[in-house]
Amino acid sequence: MPSRDRLRFRLNGQPVDVFCPDPRILLDLLREDLRLTGTKRGCDLGTCGCCTVLLDGRPALSCLTLARLVESREVTTIEGVTPPQGLSPVQRAFVEHGATQCGFCTPGFVVTATALLRANPHPSREEIERAIAGNLCRCTGYTKIIEAIAAVGGR
Amino acid sequence: MASAPTPPTNPYRLLGGRIPYVEGPLKVTGRAEYTDDIQRPGLLVGRLLRSPWPHARLRSIDVAAARALPGVYAVLTGDRYPIPFGVLPITHDETAIAVDASRYIGDIIAAVAARDEPTAEAALALIRVDAEPLAEHADPRMGTSKVTDPIHAKGLAGTNIQKEVVQHFGDVDAAFARARFTARVRGTFAGVTHAFTEPMATIAEATPDGRLTVWSATQVPHYLHRTLSEVLGIPMHRIRVIKPEVGGGFGGKSDPLPHEIVCAALAIETGRPVKILFDREEVFYTNHGRHPTQNEVRVAADAEGNLLAYDIEALIDGGAWSSFGTVTTYYNGVLAMGPYRVPNFRYKGRRVYTTKPPSGAMRAHGGTNIRYSIEVALDRIAEESGIDPFDLRERNALAPNSTTVNRFEITSTSFLECLSAVRKASDWDRKFRQLPYGRGIGLGCGFYISGSNSPIHFTPKMPQSTVHLKVDMDGGIAVHSMQADIGQGSNTLLAAIVAEVLGVDLERVHVQRVDSDVSPVDLGSYSSRVTFMMGNAARSAAEQLKGELITAAAGLLGTPPEEVMVGHECFETRGPPPASVPFLEVLHRAMEAKGALTASGSYQTRPKGGTFKGAKAGTAPAYSFAAYVAEVSVDVETGEYRVRKVWAGFDCGRPLNRLAVEGQIEGSIHMGLGQVMGESMNYRGSRLFNPSLLEYKIPMPQQMPEVEILLVGKDDPEGPFGAKEAGEGPLIATLPAVGNALYDAVGVRFTDLPITPDKVLRGIDRRVAERRAWKGA
Ligand code: FES
Ligand code: FES
Repeated sequence: MPSRDRLRFRLNGQPVDVFCPDPRILLDLLREDLRLTGTKRGCDLGTCGCCTVLLDGRPALSCLTLARLVESREVTTIEGVTPPQGLSPVQRAFVEHGATQCGFCTPGFVVTATALLRANPHPSREEIERAIAGNLCRCTGYTKIIEAIAAVGGR
Repeated sequence: MASAPTPPTNPYRLLGGRIPYVEGPLKVTGRAEYTDDIQRPGLLVGRLLRSPWPHARLRSIDVAAARALPGVYAVLTGDRYPIPFGVLPITHDETAIAVDASRYIGDIIAAVAARDEPTAEAALALIRVDAEPLAEHADPRMGTSKVTDPIHAKGLAGTNIQKEVVQHFGDVDAAFARARFTARVRGTFAGVTHAFTEPMATIAEATPDGRLTVWSATQVPHYLHRTLSEVLGIPMHRIRVIKPEVGGGFGGKSDPLPHEIVCAALAIETGRPVKILFDREEVFYTNHGRHPTQNEVRVAADAEGNLLAYDIEALIDGGAWSSFGTVTTYYNGVLAMGPYRVPNFRYKGRRVYTTKPPSGAMRAHGGTNIRYSIEVALDRIAEESGIDPFDLRERNALAPNSTTVNRFEITSTSFLECLSAVRKASDWDRKFRQLPYGRGIGLGCGFYISGSNSPIHFTPKMPQSTVHLKVDMDGGIAVHSMQADIGQGSNTLLAAIVAEVLGVDLERVHVQRVDSDVSPVDLGSYSSRVTFMMGNAARSAAEQLKGELITAAAGLLGTPPEEVMVGHECFETRGPPPASVPFLEVLHRAMEAKGALTASGSYQTRPKGGTFKGAKAGTAPAYSFAAYVAEVSVDVETGEYRVRKVWAGFDCGRPLNRLAVEGQIEGSIHMGLGQVMGESMNYRGSRLFNPSLLEYKIPMPQQMPEVEILLVGKDDPEGPFGAKEAGEGPLIATLPAVGNALYDAVGVRFTDLPITPDKVLRGIDRRVAERRAWKGA
């Protein structure tokens, strides 16, 4: 393939080398081309947070990210924050606290919360609220999501 | 948040506890499969051409250029499948694609299936529509008299009135004549919409064996199944409807929607699988949210505060189609029948078609707007009479086992317990009218149907819910039912009921994906019916299996069946001597005669209600009750306010899964706060100008108050294990609790929702200009 259509980056810890002509959007690349469907499409406009992935460890909206921009960088999706067996502490807390109802927002929240807790292992309620402000949940009223994240942070 | 401790008397092993969702691990890992996650070989992209006109006659549509575009497999217009449909059998006024006229901006006027998105978009751009603009009808008030170019031929006598309801019980005028206190409230309610996170999505595939398979994000797979059959002219048994995981519905995915039919039609035309996935703007235009409404409520009470009469009028903006509108029109009146005794009642409701996106059913359908005006009127009566708002409501509470004036049968109610629990928890008696200016506390109450007594399709008479169980030698229990889990936790409850009855661990029970080929009919997720109806059906199916297993266990234990009890993963007898046999051993004995065990349980409502026209609307096998207190603080300089805490007293009978019930209440409060504080479908004329999640103001996590839940219900006699609904009723009381708290804070009655900061500020300014003092300000 012509090198300008080639995209190389690390995805969930593995190198990938894909055909990706511009202007491919990261969310489309993940969901359509790479069939990683854990990352959800709620709006395509940066207004819901369902498509959140980690870009070099920081939350990013994949629907607003040109795939080209992840060249040589590290992308982590919900599949990448999930251990091979069982659940991560964040995921376990979401299940136990009832922080997922319809579940469509959940991968985005789990990814966001994972990044938050890596950067700040014991976030306050205000810090949690600020971190998830870009993620819409229409089911839970956020109450149990905040509880779950706080529980992992030991607060 | 905090909820009342589990009553010590819980006789159940699983039910009544906190049961994490059975599909939770799939959801938190991104492994739960939603419609858009499904891949089919050779999948085509379906796209819809939407009308830019609020109202237009479609003279001709030229699709030749679009059809000729390489990569295009089919182009459809309305003439191909013109059979009208609609969720209610009595009001079929929608078509899959507009046939002769388009009736709102966003109405579907053509559809394309193409190899990819760019090709589909290019094809849409090539379609030429010759349209003649017709009169726009944006204001429902204008639609109540004769109009030019009515939106539907079926409108009442040349008007745009879709449905008119007039009801009168007792003698309202006489009651007002002898009233000591009266209050009038005129409420205005902007339309609000569900805004679930998963956009509508459908995949359809027609296969050479003559069958059609449709995967769709739907709350009501059964009505979709029926509608596909009716419009496409294919018998139901040749159509297979599958409901994958659904990313929220709240009523917005309960109508059979046109794009679902179009998707199936495109699959038939092309012989290839086709997917239609909405973008967020299409979700907003498709709407079916809560109706923009104006209502006027007059309430009369005697000197002691006994309610004498309600006199209610409602003007309901229906948008382009009927949808659930006939039900909506009734509900806006009759859902005022509780939680208080109302001996005289008059209602006139009209739902008017407008050239706007259709309104439909949204969480706490029909009960929300009217409740706001009623509860504000009661707050005024309380103030005028000097009776405390709690005392006023206590005095008028419907009693258990009573009948309303329009013949609703109230069986269980713990409304009084809801009142006393929140009064105490919120420290009401020390706060009401005593908090400093700018701080306030308010009470709002509500009630809601726990399922609709009359299903939408009442002929032929069949159960409202059926549940099948199958246990084979592996000891796993497969559960089939068309009940639709859309996030409320019905799969978990289904599994828990079966496990409870059979004494087994939850992990033995596998609730199967809804698939019309194998799932028996349940009418789906609407009108808060699932826990009640599916729960009863599941219990009945499990009890049958239990009977067979007990017989087998009796044989193994050498005791009469009457002495065999269900233990945990075993069957036991108290003896003497006490003995037990493991579940699997009993199962294998029971299977000796016939192999795998199967059972079918069902639930059907008993006939209820009066015999007058519309008597069935609002009849339910049980009702939920709520009393909420909200505490607010207002920045009187800016009008910004915060709801600091909500105390939610709720009667859902026995809560079967506390985790899910709390989740429903917290989510309902969030959604109710949205409507009272900021959410609004903003129209200029017929044009929606905020079709995005950025401009449609859903409360942020920071705006969510602390919530204290007080579950005080007692067992309902007919509900499964005593349960009633908790999915919709918890929304209703939120709005008036906040409205009445704002009054307590700043001395202004707000009756124009949403109550945005600018309205608060204007209200305060007006009060100051009128020199009305409030709490020292
Ligand atoms: S899909 Fe990316 S923010 Fe909504
Ligand atoms: S769980 Fe449904 S949107 Fe968050």
